[in-house]
Amino acid sequence: MTEPHAGTSHGLAAKLAWRRGALAFDIDLTLPPKGVTALFGPSGAGKSSCLRALAGIERDAIGRVSFGQTAWQDSAHRLFVPPHRRRIGYVFQEPSLFTHRSVAGNLDFGYRRAGRPSHLDRDGLIDRFGVRPLLQRRVDALSGGERQRVAMVRALLSDPALLMLDEPLSALDGAARADLLECLESLHGTLQVPMIYVSHNVDEVARLADHLVLLEAGHVVAQGALQDTLARLDLPPALGEALGAVIEGRVVSYDAHDQLIELDFPGGRLWLPYRHESVGQGLRCRIGARDVVLTRLPQTGTSALNQLPCRIIAVADADHPAQVLVQLDAGGCVLLARITRRSWHALGLAPGSEAWAQVKAVALGV
Amino acid sequence: MALLTEADIEALGLTLRLAATVTLLLLLLGLPLAWWLAHTRSPWRRPIAAVVALPLVLPPTVLGFYLLMLLGPDGVVGRALAALGLAALPFTFKGLVVASMLYSLPFVVQPLHNAFDAVGNRPLEVAATLRAGPLDRFFSVALPLAWPGVVTAAVLGFAHTVGEFGVVLMIGGNIPGQTRVLSMRIYDHVQAGEYHQANVLSLCLLAVSFAALLAMSLLRTRRSARD
Repeated sequence: MTEPHAGTSHGLAAKLAWRRGALAFDIDLTLPPKGVTALFGPSGAGKSSCLRALAGIERDAIGRVSFGQTAWQDSAHRLFVPPHRRRIGYVFQEPSLFTHRSVAGNLDFGYRRAGRPSHLDRDGLIDRFGVRPLLQRRVDALSGGERQRVAMVRALLSDPALLMLDEPLSALDGAARADLLECLESLHGTLQVPMIYVSHNVDEVARLADHLVLLEAGHVVAQGALQDTLARLDLPPALGEALGAVIEGRVVSYDAHDQLIELDFPGGRLWLPYRHESVGQGLRCRIGARDVVLTRLPQTGTSALNQLPCRIIAVADADHPAQVLVQLDAGGCVLLARITRRSWHALGLAPGSEAWAQVKAVALGV
Repeated sequence: MALLTEADIEALGLTLRLAATVTLLLLLLGLPLAWWLAHTRSPWRRPIAAVVALPLVLPPTVLGFYLLMLLGPDGVVGRALAALGLAALPFTFKGLVVASMLYSLPFVVQPLHNAFDAVGNRPLEVAATLRAGPLDRFFSVALPLAWPGVVTAAVLGFAHTVGEFGVVLMIGGNIPGQTRVLSMRIYDHVQAGEYHQANVLSLCLLAVSFAALLAMSLLRTRRSARD
């Protein structure tokens, strides 16, 4: 896989401002030098425009951008490094392969210009993304999913120091989407260069990202580690549906009869629907705030498969006046529960109280 | 009676030589110009596009007349050329090339401009993220993708130059081997009542035009069927 290079001990840092139509952008972000950062926000928040500005494709932005030790843009000093000198790998929202070249010709475009670096495992990447049978095909004979996989390998083969993915799954559906998401998930563990992943889908983000930048109306409203940021109580209402916990654990058992797997994480154990995980593998799982029911005591005679003991950390008003958000500590993991104000009062709970969080297993199937 | 007289063949050769020269020069000039028109944000874009399109609506005789004024011994360009010790352009092959280039300019620039517009920015942005510099992007992405437009431009430029008359009349005259092109020769034949000769030459022009259009369609499809 791609090797780290000198000068990338810091990640991307940017302070940019520009206008696009009615939207005024004012972006200030600092990204870690490794791992996946999700640029997340509702549709129309300006995520793609932001990524284009960071890549230098959108040239209207004024300010500073640096990557590691390298300055990419400094408008005050009239410095602007054009995208072709930034060593970025970019995957666009809709498949953008060169129609005048075959699949192999597309893959070689960046690979050749990067000088066919020997540390890149070209064959390995081609196999990992299942592109080998397509190599001699014409681009317009490919399906949407195939095109996006080729675009992904093409970007990786250009030996990028930073990968930028602009909603690569949004034009795909069903199986193609699941396939590519799995490819990206497997890439996550081995990739040595940082990645910025634009998405408005919280499930994708929960599976892929380590770091989160929340964008709303051209502004960064929150940034930080994925788990911490998604479990915050003070996020703007537009992000309400995204709220919840992302837990990381290990698959410890598989019930073939009921088609369930058991996930062990610091807060306890959870049953969830089997996709095709194997026992022993690491797994991330999102528990949406809507999918958590709070009880004072463990229940019998409930259909909820999972009950976790926890302690109440804090409570806050939700975006709807009838609802509150309750922050819970389950063995060091922060969970969120969205419940009605009436239930909150009826339960008679307060910060510090012990409670039980019930989680429906079906809500955990991705 | 011979099908074509020697003078006819000379006129045919001259016409093809003129059209080939003009097409080649126009492609060299038109590619950067059309590229600029397709990508610039300059306020000069519209005025310059209008000037390029002017020969489309201007009567050829008007164009020829102003060129004669401009290039003639008393014209601005004519005097400048004379001061540089260069020969005057009117009534020479070179003068005809210059005039034909202006006359056929929109027929070359507009298909190229449309083709570059149709390619759009996205493939160029993709190429930039794959480390291709501006010139590299032009030759390895824009030009191959705009290829059908390039073929159309070349064929239209060629065919249009072959068929010109008014501009030739004003700036070229009718000098055998120098400026007497096919359309002049046809006019001469008709004036002299030699309808048979005029017919044969006209058929030649028809054949050239047909062949050009056929070549265009073949070149466009063969290219798109490749790889």
